[in-house]
Amino acid sequence: MSGPSTYNPKPGLMTWLDDRLPIIRLGYDSFVDYPTPRNLNYWWAFGGILTVFLMIQIITGITLAMHYIPHEDMAFNSIQRIVRDVPNGWLLQSMHANGASFFFIAVYIHMFRGLYYGSYKAPREILWILGVVIYLLMMATGFMGYVLPWGQMSYWGAMVITNLVGAIPFVGEAIREWLWGGFTVGQATLNRFFSLHYLLPFIIAAVVGLHIWALHVPGNGNPVGISVKTKKDTLPFHPYYTVKDGFAILLYLMIFCFFVFFMPNALGHADNFIEANALSTPSHIVPEWYYLPFYAILRAITFDIGPIDAKLGGVLAMFGAIAILFVLPWLDTSKVRSMRFRPLTRWFFIFFVVGALGLGYCGANNPDDIVFGGIKFLWLAQFLTFYYFAYFLLILPILGIVEKPKPRPASIEESVLGTSKA
Amino acid sequence: MTETNGAPDGSGQEPSRRDFIYIAAGGMAALGGGLVAWPFIDQMSPAADTLALGSTRVDISAVQVGSEITVMHRGAPLFVRRRTAEAITAARSVELSELPDPEARNENLPDGTPGTDENRVLRDEYLIVKGNCTHLGCVPLGLDENTGDYEGWYCPCHGSHYDTSARIRRGPAPENLPVPDYIFENDTTVKIGISGEEAAASGWAVS
Repeated sequence: MSGPSTYNPKPGLMTWLDDRLPIIRLGYDSFVDYPTPRNLNYWWAFGGILTVFLMIQIITGITLAMHYIPHEDMAFNSIQRIVRDVPNGWLLQSMHANGASFFFIAVYIHMFRGLYYGSYKAPREILWILGVVIYLLMMATGFMGYVLPWGQMSYWGAMVITNLVGAIPFVGEAIREWLWGGFTVGQATLNRFFSLHYLLPFIIAAVVGLHIWALHVPGNGNPVGISVKTKKDTLPFHPYYTVKDGFAILLYLMIFCFFVFFMPNALGHADNFIEANALSTPSHIVPEWYYLPFYAILRAITFDIGPIDAKLGGVLAMFGAIAILFVLPWLDTSKVRSMRFRPLTRWFFIFFVVGALGLGYCGANNPDDIVFGGIKFLWLAQFLTFYYFAYFLLILPILGIVEKPKPRPASIEESVLGTSKA
Repeated sequence: MTETNGAPDGSGQEPSRRDFIYIAAGGMAALGGGLVAWPFIDQMSPAADTLALGSTRVDISAVQVGSEITVMHRGAPLFVRRRTAEAITAARSVELSELPDPEARNENLPDGTPGTDENRVLRDEYLIVKGNCTHLGCVPLGLDENTGDYEGWYCPCHGSHYDTSARIRRGPAPENLPVPDYIFENDTTVKIGISGEEAAASGWAVS
């Protein structure tokens, strides 16, 4: 997609096709002869892994939808029927449920990769923003998918999240009723969540197309963060990166298969094996693990902020935690992309990752319980929430100005092969 | 041929009649788009049959003093508690200034009515409130499990405490548990989801 095409179709059918629909040329230029920095490490393999998991989710999802019944009296049992009676249904269900988790593991690694190596910086701002859009769509899809089995966690997770909308001043309750299609989470809610859960992955696929398009305009970033200058800095995508990505994909699929076959419910919640009951709330509602950091941020705001009450403040903080990613390219003031050359910021980044995982830990626990030594989970969550926002709003803007970066290599080629002898 | 058209680059030109046509056509297209989109958005609102499930009749003859039942109304839980004299006294001894939410939240009464216990019940003994916590919609625990620090209800999700008038006293919930529209058809039957005025208009016996 960038630079002149090097595709030479064979005379005959291939030339005939190329003159009419140059689709092979597009694939060739994008994934075969595409010039790729020669120093990409395995953190760059997660884009390919994510593509594979989007396809896994769509294929298993379409086949599961052939058996699933989006009805409040039948949804729960239809999942059990899929697992027990439908030929290979146990495999499809396990792949789909665990696939969601592995999709999110991969996307988090992919995002941390981007944060560490400055993948969001010019000229890749749109690429980054499209990635955040995909992530938001994934969260919406994952949330609605989790409601479909209509277990206790499904139902009460849906209740809690849709009630967040009610915190919006003036119009919140009307919007909530519109989302529910009734006076509470019920049949109408389940039915529309199924419809949207089926739709959104295709929208994700479309935005992924834009994401790759936006990637192929400036080309890949790379671990040293300096731009490609000469042809010697790059390799054709095939065979080096097809094999390297393929190897990473296979390793990742092996771990995935271990969960699918040997511990299919390890990442789920026991309460979701109880059918939804509108009269009884589980004593401890938790979302799927991949939302836990944001759930912790939601619950960390227990105080009013001026005219904003605690409930609305929590909702704003939770959505703000994602929204801030949209403006990240303009918050980080450093011209240096890779944190390899930012000795101070690097440590703040490492603590950011630890803090994000810590927020997930807080989200899984009762806020009033004790972490250690008399410190409540609530206090830890509040501290880590503060750090989360400070990282974007204080640390990155200030350090980009005051930090003295380490010297960078003259070229990608030099960073891989040593000083150029040319 | 070209005297009525704006310059192709539009630089420094007065708006032309063609600009007007562009804006008018674009505006109409946007309006039309909005009108077409509306039915597709509005279809998600509660359907007629959902709205028609408006009222629920509850037999309260078996509810003893100091006990409660939970019934389903419009797909959501509703608490009917027959209070002891002590519980009523406790609810009435609270000053409005002590309440995080000083409003009655009673669908039978206008908005802004003070949240005294008297304004939250039709008959002193029977407290009837919707059973979803006003924080995030969990079902608070009651007499069977945990009544919280104010002898009312306790929400296990995020620790909201309600008093014996189901008013929020401590915790993240912003409002009192709402009192639905209801009437006493007779001493043992409550009809939920119908206001006294509607009942009178349609000839229901209201006691």
